[in-house]
Amino acid sequence: MRYGRESEVLKDISFDLPRGSFHFLTGPSGSGKSTLLKLIYLAEQASRGRIEIFGQDLALLKRGDRPLLRRRIGVVFQEFRLLDHLSVFDNAALSPRIGGRKPADYRSDVADLLSWVGLGERMHAMPSALSGGEKQRLAIARAVINRPDILLADEPTGNVDDAMAFRILRLFLELNRVGATVLIASHDTALVARSGMPVISLDEGRLAPVAAFDPEPGP
Amino acid sequence: MSLAFDPAKWWPAPLLPRRDGRDWALLFVVAALSFLAGLAAVGALAGERAAQGWRSELTGSATVIVRAQGTDTPDEAAARAEETVAGVRGVAQALPLDAAKTQALLAPWIGPGGLPPDLPTPRLIAVELDPKAPASGEAIRQALKAAGLDADVDDHSRWAAQIMRAGVAVEVAGASLFALILAVLGAVIAFATRQGLAARRDVVEALHLAGATDGYIARLFQARFARSAAQAGLAGALLAAAAAAALKLSSAGDEQLTALLPIAWRDLIAPAPFPVLGALVAAVTARMTAMAALAGRP
Repeated sequence: MRYGRESEVLKDISFDLPRGSFHFLTGPSGSGKSTLLKLIYLAEQASRGRIEIFGQDLALLKRGDRPLLRRRIGVVFQEFRLLDHLSVFDNAALSPRIGGRKPADYRSDVADLLSWVGLGERMHAMPSALSGGEKQRLAIARAVINRPDILLADEPTGNVDDAMAFRILRLFLELNRVGATVLIASHDTALVARSGMPVISLDEGRLAPVAAFDPEPGP
Repeated sequence: MSLAFDPAKWWPAPLLPRRDGRDWALLFVVAALSFLAGLAAVGALAGERAAQGWRSELTGSATVIVRAQGTDTPDEAAARAEETVAGVRGVAQALPLDAAKTQALLAPWIGPGGLPPDLPTPRLIAVELDPKAPASGEAIRQALKAAGLDADVDDHSRWAAQIMRAGVAVEVAGASLFALILAVLGAVIAFATRQGLAARRDVVEALHLAGATDGYIARLFQARFARSAAQAGLAGALLAAAAAAALKLSSAGDEQLTALLPIAWRDLIAPAPFPVLGALVAAVTARMTAMAALAGRP
């Protein structure tokens, strides 16, 4: 994968994420973690190579079929990508709304999830009034509201305290337990170690040997 | 404050941000276009009505020019011609112009002194035709010839044809102007849609990544611009109707202006189609532009 005439960001990478698996994606800044996630959630197209999701080759996927595939993928963006003109509740309800569901069918789900991530008292607020941690929790709520088949998260615990980080990890583990395939890009070694889940490591755009994590459990 | 929010009563907010300064500029342009289109429509209708009026005046009458010959005096020739013409089927009335009126008609060319009384000037007969079954110029000409009169008949057909062409030209010009303004509106909306997509790139990307189809996103812009065009178009159309009403009222005592631009009250609804057509053009243009722009994105 390369951007324009730049050197390749990702090269010679080959791996398989089995359905229902849970992986962490680690590596130093600039190693290509975000680009790899972008390729999976179809924000970028690979300049060479082959990516297959749900048995479909993305290079052969028709443009009209891409939205249907995207609806099965929940994404927590590093920069949140919240819609500033919409309230917390409207942001969290975005995916079911776009999926064509009636508001009455998902109102209570959205309210329950927002309460669960600690935004029950902020449902009416606008994103500009939220702290970094609150924005991150809202981004997570938006990504998981549709119970996606694949959950991708780019540094999802970067702006929350440890207690909330482990709470979020439990949410991801719960989604994984009910069948979602989870891939989380993270620098949080404590979180990775605590989860006990397998790791895919990148270094300068290539798969790297996985470093051993401190097996000592976290709080 | 949070207690005021009741999820059970929540209803989705518009996915596109509310209007900003750029949108107000667009509304102004669309309203101005609608105003111009409305005036063009009213002007075309009034112009066509003026041409129609002139045409009916010309086609409803004819002029006979009769010259005395032999022992007839001009007045005798005129009397005989009047009698002959009045007897032609399709003629409602024939009125000879006396010498004084003929002199008055010639005054602009020969001055107020008039012609010498012994100069045998031709006499004119104003012929009013039956509006339901008017006599043709040729029928009158044949009748005069049969009566042994030296006369010419001017049935105004040459002028009527020119006025008819002018009336058609006014209609075509009005319709062309209306179509041109709609085309300009389409171009403005296409530009605004591209600007809107660029300005709200973050929103478009978020919607795409949440699984929105190109059609779903295009519909948002389509609805936004159609509504804007309808609202601004209505404002412009109302202003055009008000301006036309003001022109009609202000020209009430001016015969020349009324003859040139005879606006009728019913003409004031002529601008009405623009808000509807404008909204339609805006919807189609915005959708096509958005779909084309979105197709180039991942």
